[in-house]
Amino acid sequence: MTRLRLYRFAVIAGAIALLEILCLARVIDPITMQAPHLVLRDFLRLLASGRMNAAIVKTMANTVLAFGLAAAAGLLLAVLLQRRRALRMTLDPLFATYYAVPVFAFYPFFIVVFGLGDLPQILIAFMLGVVAVIVNTLNGLDRVPAVLLKTARVLRLGPVETALRVTLPAAAPHIVGGLKLAVAYAFIGIIGSEFILSRGGIGYEINFAYNNFDNAVMYPLILLILLASVAFNSLLSRWERTLHARRGR
Amino acid sequence: MQTEKSPSRRGGAVNLILLIFALVALWQVLYWVAGESGLASPLNTIRYTAALVRRDDFAAHLYDTLSAFGIALAISVVMGLLVGFWLGFDRLSGDVFEPMFLSLYAIPKLTLYPILLLAFGLGLPAKVAFGVLHGVIPVILFTFGAVRNTRPILIKTGRVMKLSKSQMVRWILFPAAIPEIFTGLRVGFSLTLIGTLLAEMFASQRGLGYLLMTAIGLHNLQQVTAVTLLIVVFAAAVSSALLWLDRRLHFTGR
Repeated sequence: MTRLRLYRFAVIAGAIALLEILCLARVIDPITMQAPHLVLRDFLRLLASGRMNAAIVKTMANTVLAFGLAAAAGLLLAVLLQRRRALRMTLDPLFATYYAVPVFAFYPFFIVVFGLGDLPQILIAFMLGVVAVIVNTLNGLDRVPAVLLKTARVLRLGPVETALRVTLPAAAPHIVGGLKLAVAYAFIGIIGSEFILSRGGIGYEINFAYNNFDNAVMYPLILLILLASVAFNSLLSRWERTLHARRGR
Repeated sequence: MQTEKSPSRRGGAVNLILLIFALVALWQVLYWVAGESGLASPLNTIRYTAALVRRDDFAAHLYDTLSAFGIALAISVVMGLLVGFWLGFDRLSGDVFEPMFLSLYAIPKLTLYPILLLAFGLGLPAKVAFGVLHGVIPVILFTFGAVRNTRPILIKTGRVMKLSKSQMVRWILFPAAIPEIFTGLRVGFSLTLIGTLLAEMFASQRGLGYLLMTAIGLHNLQQVTAVTLLIVVFAAAVSSALLWLDRRLHFTGR
């Protein structure tokens, strides 16, 4: 395991070193991309200056809010849907093709209806994330062993108690898988809509820097988003693995 | 990743019609709520779409989108299959690279678009690159999973029959992996399309995504709704067809 980690580290370090060499040798010209060590320096400077704090807080707050809404609504809808077989069959083609549709196409409509604030962005991120939670939760609920459901019935648990104490915990590994996707989608939704049209946030700042050829701002912000999403993702992955391990697969 | 349910007993067609009916009804209700300034009505949109499709410049935009998408899809599939098979066969590379691809799958690739634009410039290459960036990873991951998780009994059978390495691939590993690989291709199709369209929305002077963005800029709601409708119908139709094939493959594959 440690050997694998070493290899992984070597691959990533090698890729960064290659990029550094290509940048220093001017194969990649500085207008396209700055050398990684300069990006890191700018990253630290930008964070230290506090210039981007408002944008960072705005984007993160919206992302967390959209994720929370998608998670709560997705769980609730999945639990309700699981009992309505006919409705579920009808919605099935929608879920199956949902992610083939570019949800951003609805952003202008939301702006017209709700104004150019945070709400349209949160809605887009919510719409992107909620179906992943629903599909994965349903998937997990379908795999709850029948014996657990029978036990719940023997103990005369009501539907709410059954969901909270039996089915949802039993489906937990799948649910966390869905939540992981929802985090990624929340980020994509918020930052994407900030790119398209907005008045602030990290996506807006990246777009602004791009239009002004301001690589000293653009690359550090991109790095920030990548680091944040990888960090969230690996945190949830770890949780997912422990849940899987506890269930003995 | 999602697992599909077995085909329904009640006719799938009935469900589909019900769903489409419900979605159009929802659209009409939203139209009543949001009013003329928020959204075009279904009837109006269909009329406008019919006119839009017949417009001279539309064919050029459509051709642009489809050619960028086609190239991106071809690259995604070929690259994805090659890398996926390699990672699946070579235990060490698979173990080293799989978590990296998993985290790549989860990062918001949209943030990388300024980098791609700087590297490729506006136009076809940037669109293709963005489509590939989105589409190739699921193909890699599903192919990898399919090859890695071939049932041991099949491999043992092959060994008993003293198959050579290439025969093993040809007669055992590949056929056994086809259903899963197809799922990867289906997901890859959707994501490549989204990637291509997003690239067009942000950085292009042609294509359906560009039509959508100019309509947003001009506040031409009919055009926004019409182009959205076209994209949604195309994406949903093709991915439903792929899903149907996918389920059949999985069903007979068992």
